[in-house]
Amino acid sequence: MWNSNTVNMILEGIVETLQMTVISTLLGYLFGLPLGVLLCVSDKDGLKPNAILYKILDVITNIFRSIPFLILLILIIPLTRLLVGKSYGTAATIVPLTIAAIPFIGRMVESSLKEVDRGVIEAARSMGASTWRIIFRVMLVEARISLISGATIATGTILGYSAMAGTVGGGGLGDIAIQYGYYRYQSDIMIVTVVLLVLLVQLFQTAGAFIAGRLDRRK
Amino acid sequence: MSEILIENLSKTFETADGTVEALKNVSLSIEEGDIYGIIGMSGAGKSTLVRCINFLEVPTEGTVTVRGRKLSDCTEKELLLMRRDIGMIFQSFNLLMQKNVLENVCFPLYIQGKKKKEAREKALGLLDIVGLKDRAKAYPAQLSGGQKQRVAIARALASDPKILLCDEATSALDPQTTSSILELLRRINNEFKITIVVITHQMSVVQELCTKVAILKGGEVAESGLVSDIFAHPKTTVARELIIRDANPGSRSFDTREKIRHGEKIRIVFSETSSFEPVIANMVLTFGEPVNILRADTKNIGGIAHGEMILEFDKDSTQTAQMKEYLRSRGLAVGEGIEDVEF
Repeated sequence: MWNSNTVNMILEGIVETLQMTVISTLLGYLFGLPLGVLLCVSDKDGLKPNAILYKILDVITNIFRSIPFLILLILIIPLTRLLVGKSYGTAATIVPLTIAAIPFIGRMVESSLKEVDRGVIEAARSMGASTWRIIFRVMLVEARISLISGATIATGTILGYSAMAGTVGGGGLGDIAIQYGYYRYQSDIMIVTVVLLVLLVQLFQTAGAFIAGRLDRRK
Repeated sequence: MSEILIENLSKTFETADGTVEALKNVSLSIEEGDIYGIIGMSGAGKSTLVRCINFLEVPTEGTVTVRGRKLSDCTEKELLLMRRDIGMIFQSFNLLMQKNVLENVCFPLYIQGKKKKEAREKALGLLDIVGLKDRAKAYPAQLSGGQKQRVAIARALASDPKILLCDEATSALDPQTTSSILELLRRINNEFKITIVVITHQMSVVQELCTKVAILKGGEVAESGLVSDIFAHPKTTVARELIIRDANPGSRSFDTREKIRHGEKIRIVFSETSSFEPVIANMVLTFGEPVNILRADTKNIGGIAHGEMILEFDKDSTQTAQMKEYLRSRGLAVGEGIEDVEF
């Protein structure tokens, strides 16, 4: 059973999982980072309080955060078809993964930015720094360790979601685990894929912690 | 023309428990070159007042005019430009923790659009002035409190401000470091002709550094004027409290207090000119009556030594009025009505 086909299949699964995770995380940050910044800045004690904008973003974020990923996956199949042309496989899974990642990342970024010492922001204001400069040169810089920790958690979560997408033919290690381990009772393959998933999460976590530690100047 | 003119300023905050009046009808005039102290107990509104000077807090009523420009008339953009003329330092230093010392000092220069090379040259010069040139590559976390405040001062000076606001700048520092920071501030005032506004709850800081002072209580100015005048003749209870309590921190616990609380207490202040004659001894000899010296201290106020004593007359004394007159005739400032002040 452990012939070269199986090995190749698993190797391919690893590549697909990594592709889905990395691309979805990057796309998630492309939209989630600005979302988090807007949430933080427009909040009532933020740099530019804007109750209406905050409420709108807050509600939308909460709605998408509360839909279970598996349901979201099915709900947005029409959108996925529109964007990718099909509803299964690696590329198609990136769409729901990204949509699930954006509000999650937005909240992570918001909470990281809110940790930035208010005194430092006040000092920047006292120097005549514009709102943009404070966001880019003070808040994002001072919060970078927390942002990196957040990115590590986000990557792990998205990797987990990508495995879930295996139930609807999403590709990657999760797909293999479900196809072989669940439907065909080949629990050895399932165990191998699960171990590989654990190792991948472990890898991301270690790398994130390493980068955060190297970049932190507070010690 | 005043460098900073505050007229009928009021500030109210809306909180969950209702409206809080932080400042009520405050008027102050700070002249160019002044080192102006604003002192008060915590909650007196000092921090709010100083933030109204650079419009980090916008007053509810009244006006703030800085160097002839009314801040409420400024557009957002003009306000950002005005703030470059008003440096500020803080109790908690507020340095960028992820940037090294040099980059911290460069920050306001980048705001002005200076190129990296030019900014760094200027920043190194400023670090030299505050005595930290050799720590340019260090990160704030590696510095002591006093060093951090020096970096903050260099950063505040980077935009060539005309005014420097100090919000409890020495409150987190030990007495020795405090002195060295105050010394640095005095030098800056002298060499760069920068007007300095000092917010503090410590009378010792005002005495050591400031030329003028305003005493805030409950959001209102209780008393203002020259530091030497207020130190010698405090008119209000809050002024007396700040002066006397600060001179003897922690002394409220001494248990002899009850035993000696008998006769009338007065506070006398003498300057260098009146310190030659043994006034107290002569007074005791003249009136043949003992007085109790509860405390004696000497202070440096604006470079002039001032002696301060708290005296207590005998409880059965009938000559207190004459004795006070005697002290006054010897050139001493006599303060009465300090019974309500705990010390």
